Amino acid sequence: MRFVDEFRDREKAQALAASIATLCEPGRRYGLMEICGGHTHTIYKHGIEDYLPEGVELVHGPGCPVCVIPMGRVDDAIWIAEQEGVTLTSFGDLLRVPGGRGSFLDAKARGADIRMVYSPLDSLRIARENPGRRVVFMAIGFETTTPSTAMTVLRAAAEGLDNFSIFCNHVTIIPALQAILASPDIQIDGFIGPGHVSTVIGCEPYRFIAEERGRPFVVAGFEPLDILQSIQMLLLQLHEGRSEVENQYTRVVPWEGNQRALQAIDEVMEPRPTFEWRGLGWIPDSAMRVREKYARFDAERIFSLPANRVADPPACQCGEVLRGTIKPWECRVFGTACTPETPIGTCMVSSEGACAAYYNFGRFSRQRVRQATSA
Amino acid sequence: MTERTEQDVLERIERIRRRPPRVTDELITLSHGSGGRATHTLIEAIFLDAFRNPLLEPLEDQAVFSVGSARLAFTTDTYVVSPLFFPGGDIGDLAVNGTVNDLAVSGARPLHLSAGFVLEEGFPVADLRRIVSSMAAAAERAGVQVVTGDTKVVQRGKADSCFINTAGIGVLERPVRLSVSGARPGDAVIVSGPIGDHGITIMLARGELGIESDLRSDTAPLTELVGLLLDAAPSTRFIRDATRGGVATICNELAQASGVAVILDEEAIPVRPEVRGAAEILGIDPLYVACEGRFVAVVGGDETEAAVAALRSHPEGASAAVIGRIGDDPPGLVLVKTEFGGMRIVDMLVGDPLPRIC
Amino acid sequence: MCLGIPGEVVTLDVDRPGMATVNVGGARRQVNVMLVEEDGVQPGDWVLIHVGFALAKIDEEEARLTLSHLEEMGQAYRDELRALAESRID
Repeated sequence: MRFVDEFRDREKAQALAASIATLCEPGRRYGLMEICGGHTHTIYKHGIEDYLPEGVELVHGPGCPVCVIPMGRVDDAIWIAEQEGVTLTSFGDLLRVPGGRGSFLDAKARGADIRMVYSPLDSLRIARENPGRRVVFMAIGFETTTPSTAMTVLRAAAEGLDNFSIFCNHVTIIPALQAILASPDIQIDGFIGPGHVSTVIGCEPYRFIAEERGRPFVVAGFEPLDILQSIQMLLLQLHEGRSEVENQYTRVVPWEGNQRALQAIDEVMEPRPTFEWRGLGWIPDSAMRVREKYARFDAERIFSLPANRVADPPACQCGEVLRGTIKPWECRVFGTACTPETPIGTCMVSSEGACAAYYNFGRFSRQRVRQATSA
Repeated sequence: MTERTEQDVLERIERIRRRPPRVTDELITLSHGSGGRATHTLIEAIFLDAFRNPLLEPLEDQAVFSVGSARLAFTTDTYVVSPLFFPGGDIGDLAVNGTVNDLAVSGARPLHLSAGFVLEEGFPVADLRRIVSSMAAAAERAGVQVVTGDTKVVQRGKADSCFINTAGIGVLERPVRLSVSGARPGDAVIVSGPIGDHGITIMLARGELGIESDLRSDTAPLTELVGLLLDAAPSTRFIRDATRGGVATICNELAQASGVAVILDEEAIPVRPEVRGAAEILGIDPLYVACEGRFVAVVGGDETEAAVAALRSHPEGASAAVIGRIGDDPPGLVLVKTEFGGMRIVDMLVGDPLPRIC
Repeated sequence: MCLGIPGEVVTLDVDRPGMATVNVGGARRQVNVMLVEEDGVQPGDWVLIHVGFALAKIDEEEARLTLSHLEEMGQAYRDELRALAESRID
């Protein structure tokens, strides 16, 4: 497959690995945070850590939009689904996320009409085809996904649909990064930047991280070679004492972002004063809500949600994993009480969650396997 | 207090995974039907627990036992696929081929099938005719006969159009002893053709995702291919057809039952470009996607070449390939060497990416 | 969810402006291209698809540059390996 296979070439990977190794000072630890859940997934899926020297440590960040949804919002969505005549539509990733009263899948087993969709446009089609149902789209995601939701609302407005709304849980990446940087127990030397968020917001917003906070920042693509090359670029900056924002993903990310997408978001939505992030607490200006002008498409205005705050289970350490202060296996319930089958926290449910990625792909001793398979 | 190391945590997790399964859910969810972890837990904790007997314990896809001097294989499967009609076949084809295949992979010659129907009030008779006609054609192609059956009708809304159960009996004429616990380090893992065709075809045929392709279900009887394999490789350890849960599920069952490591080579796994493309769009790994006319086999290292050559001599086995090998460490785990050169685990499926696939 | 994949534009939908048929390895899907229209989208172009929308056009020239940069690095690496193999201290 074009633009995929070429970026999975083993030989080029070996060359990058060699270059990375030469850029590492012996005995020095390099903490590189990969912010985006898609990166976490790729890193584990392709076994990228096998190409990195011991000193380079990849730290997982909060860029998994499913992972950061607080339990109370899941409960609100289930409450909506249980209302008369409602069809709740959601991305597949969310179906098993546990709220205070179980997941969407559990609610479905109890009789709620919850359907998986691949695109918000699919929800629109369901609304069109079922004029008797009130169709609600569970809108989640960082800026990668927000424009698609916004465009869908604009489409719904153009068609004059009266049975479609969104439950808006879109979040923004920069405030999350600021929260990470403000955290005292973090030791991050550089950032592997979110490639697809950057197609929308561009590369400028990350300047403050490189210039004011002195951490190199490389916007990275999602194929294994993209990630390795980004790591090499970060280490080169550190080696040369530079601290800049660089774009590795030039074939997709324009430096100035996608203006049309930003306009669509701005037309339909506005920032919320504050929003609760699982594990990170309340962050100001970090999430979006539907503007008054489009109130008829806003599930929060149509339904009077219980909006209960649900505390995470005491055993859950998702917050620390999302901030990068602990690794998945360091969570006291990792793999024991909390597994992909019986998840306690969101990090174990989403295919982009650090815990799920590690449990599903990385949960083996690389030492032993190297010995066993080199025979 | 000592610091836990990563190794300590991994070992603790393995101990917990080896514990007998318990079902804690109060309600059946779609995960229980996926063929993955939840299905296995259900089977072991509820069905095996209640029915426990030596013939059931191995939890193979069929039971093998002797009656007089004859060795018989006996199996059953229920078909709930939606939609009923799809490119490459229909529920009738699956109902015959699926059960024939469960018999064939034990080394048996499939003989007779039963067919039980649960029909929803309002289901068009013309559709029933079509399905039954497919079953007749499939039975003839597979060399079996439908010798007994049953029909029930339930009220509108109580069953989605048409569910079919088929049970099958076959006779083992070869002296083979195939078993999921028979894999040994040094053995090779073979797949009989490209994976994921059926599952992706069904997903696309539902029309909900707006993806079109020229893919067709791979539903087909495997009796001839199995015969060729066993002729060329008489000490084959194990064969299983890859249905729901896909190749990944079989490899996990194998790794756990045989106490071995299964190490796959991603580059060697045959996948059609359309399956790969659709799977990328949907975010699904083809290793977990159902097939309906493919098997996974474990053969001894010395018989591997002959086995693959024999399969490739048949039109249905043209893309047969060695996709991995059996190792001794880490036992119970399935690993894949990625295209890229790194390693990752292929775990038992959790959740259900593709409900009602077969 | 960050899932963005490259696809080739096959046709622009005449009946529904803003929609196009995109091909991913043989699987074809309707994709909304309104977010990249201003850059001009033609059959044969490659776009990045995410949840049914094209977010960006893939710049083939940039892709080629990235790959050739990686290739150079690979060549340097192979050269070094060869140099290493050839230099022996007897």
